[in-house]
Amino acid sequence: MTTETNTEIARKTNDADTPEVSALNIYVMGKRYLVPAGLTIMAAIEYAGYQFVRSCGCRAGFCGACSTVYRKDDEQKLHFALACQTTVEDGMYLVQIPFVPAAKAKYMIEDLKAEENTILSLYPEIARCVSCNTCTKSCPQDIKVMMYIQNALRGDIAKAAELSFDCIQCGMCAMRCPADIKHYHVAQLARRLRGKYIDTLSKDLKKRVAEVEGGQYDKEIEELVGMSEEQLRGLYNKREIEAKKKKEGE
Amino acid sequence: MKLIDGYPQYMLDSIKKVEDKRMENLKKSIEPLTMEERQAVLTQFHPDFMDSSKRAVKVGVDKGNESYNGIVDLLESPSILDTSEVDLTKIDFDIDLLIIGGGGAGTVAALFALENGVELDKILITTKLRHGDANSMMAQGGIQAADRPEDSPPIHYLDIYGGGHFTNKPELAKAMAMDAPGIIKWHEELGVMYDRHDNGEFQELSGGGTSRNRMHSAKDYTGMELMRNIRDRAKNLDIPVLEFCPIVELLLDDQGIVSGGVAFNIETHEYYVIKAKATIMATGGSGRLHLAGYPTTNHYGATGDGLVMAYHVGANLRDLDTIQIHPTGDIYPDPVIGILSTEKIRGLGAKPINVHGDPFVFPLEPRDVESAAFLKECDKGNGITTPTGMPGIWLDSPMIDIIHGEGTVYEKLAGEVRKFRRFGIDMAKHPILVYPTYHYQNGGVEINEKCETAVPGLFAAGEVTGGVHGKNRLMGNSLLDYNVFGRRAGIYAAEYVKTRKVGKLSLAHIDEYNKAVEEAGLKSGVKAPILLPEYRGKEALARALDIL
Repeated sequence: MTTETNTEIARKTNDADTPEVSALNIYVMGKRYLVPAGLTIMAAIEYAGYQFVRSCGCRAGFCGACSTVYRKDDEQKLHFALACQTTVEDGMYLVQIPFVPAAKAKYMIEDLKAEENTILSLYPEIARCVSCNTCTKSCPQDIKVMMYIQNALRGDIAKAAELSFDCIQCGMCAMRCPADIKHYHVAQLARRLRGKYIDTLSKDLKKRVAEVEGGQYDKEIEELVGMSEEQLRGLYNKREIEAKKKKEGE
Repeated sequence: MKLIDGYPQYMLDSIKKVEDKRMENLKKSIEPLTMEERQAVLTQFHPDFMDSSKRAVKVGVDKGNESYNGIVDLLESPSILDTSEVDLTKIDFDIDLLIIGGGGAGTVAALFALENGVELDKILITTKLRHGDANSMMAQGGIQAADRPEDSPPIHYLDIYGGGHFTNKPELAKAMAMDAPGIIKWHEELGVMYDRHDNGEFQELSGGGTSRNRMHSAKDYTGMELMRNIRDRAKNLDIPVLEFCPIVELLLDDQGIVSGGVAFNIETHEYYVIKAKATIMATGGSGRLHLAGYPTTNHYGATGDGLVMAYHVGANLRDLDTIQIHPTGDIYPDPVIGILSTEKIRGLGAKPINVHGDPFVFPLEPRDVESAAFLKECDKGNGITTPTGMPGIWLDSPMIDIIHGEGTVYEKLAGEVRKFRRFGIDMAKHPILVYPTYHYQNGGVEINEKCETAVPGLFAAGEVTGGVHGKNRLMGNSLLDYNVFGRRAGIYAAEYVKTRKVGKLSLAHIDEYNKAVEEAGLKSGVKAPILLPEYRGKEALARALDIL
């Protein structure tokens, strides 16, 4: 079955004249293909006839499956990008990174404490950071990777968690690091330690869970479950809307 | 084509009109539609109301029931598996619990099955792509749970049930509302970094159709933050996962009880026979079927495989005659087409504007109504055409800083700002272009509150299921759904395997299904499940030879 890409579908929905699209040369692992301008790197590779099995996930910049390394034929610099979030350009030599070999530490979060050396003891290699900043330069999310590693090294778990929050775990940092640090795993530990031990927990939630477990809402909910659609519609239409009430009160 | 601030000149000309009328448009308010007007625009423009979107299926247990054409096409197709090629006497994995799908529901199910007594090496998660490649990872807005003093699970129940147009299964809506606070508590224990006030209470927002502020979020990466934590837990426990190995059909035993499945190594093309005492279907949604021809927000693997496999063993489906289209999918530039721009943008005051610079709809109608109004405006020729010929509606994001003060867009919509900045667009300065996109599969395999399907041995959880949301899902209830029912599936499957004895394995039901398809004279030209969407270029496909 041929389904259509998001791009193709949208193109068909309007009869308006489509302006001529120019063609570009791209090199998929060294092989040249002519593709239309305006596509993502991912869509361009598909246009060329490839069906992704690896290196393709959410297609929206959240999952880190489509890390791409490229160099343009007239450039020295090696670039890092997400194939689903980057427009294809003429002369790109592209390679998709299908997998990142980077073992993570094994731990049960409930057995740990959020102490100065917690991260260092599980990931001692962070002490080898030479502050070259290559990790930061290879991050497609523009996260200050070296900074959060330095924070982790100093034992500032909360700051490491905050700086790394937008990490999509593509692993490009770990692929480039001359000190063999697995940054994105370090960041995962920092965030879990912060969420569990450093941030103040909710008292309202604790109370509500106890109420539910104590059966406080059982009668009320069973009544609702037993109601006819008409009764429920009546109740539904009479609901007080908190957001609206606040607005009126202002 | 020359771009200035990310836009070609002709689009900037339209933006100029939006800018010229911005102050006037801020003052001008469009009234919400009356119930009659809503119905009229829905009937005329929403795909759920179009006869051309759906049809009755001609084969299987739901014969005569209507579903979207793209789903019926798959149900009316023979199986992708040639049963004569599979030797069921050689068992590759002999386990207690097979979990099909490595997204949110599947991973949560594995964690709770383990906690409830299934041995670690008797659990197996199989997944088509990587562990965690799922719509669960992509949800932005948040997760609902009634935990504030002003709120309660019964109030949440009423919101769920009314939001579903009173078509939900009551016992499932009840499970959602009552389990929700405990789920958030579990997340706290895992270490999820929810957005909180200084005193530790959650920052809770309102969502479309909710009567209390109960949306818990983690910036605009809520789904990613939850999935990262849950997956990290599973990895630390060494829960066995078989990646790039989708299940292609379920196995029955001689009693007609589901007893595992046949996995297909999508890289080496070999198959594995997996014998299991219980099976949990957690394959997620079907956005990549592009139902009714819509672009989608869904991940690459969302091809409705679970619906097909469950149907082949006789499980009934429900509510697949409705889908959720979201009004503000991106439509420009091309790389972001179909991706969601969060409802929060309108929540903060940005208004939808047409090509002439005029507002035409109340900005916060329910998702289905707002979408239909956008489609109507484009149909009238009042959309803005992109350089690749697609219509869209301006969402005037610069209004937000005028209303709330400079810097609000950068602060409150950091993820969205990053997305557009990649393409040279500053959404605080210029409006963004949007068009409706297929977001969520409302229905699916019918379950009960124990996540049991109509077929013994088969459980299901998450977006693949039907009944939880009825014919419409509320914002913030999909993340909750996979947690609540993933957990329940794990717990009840763990109980089930204790007494289960598996008989002789069989794929005869597939042969019978294929025969029924043939006898009904159905010729879809497809084999199902499809596993991956076909996005290869047409020119390349036309010259492809089947040699290797």
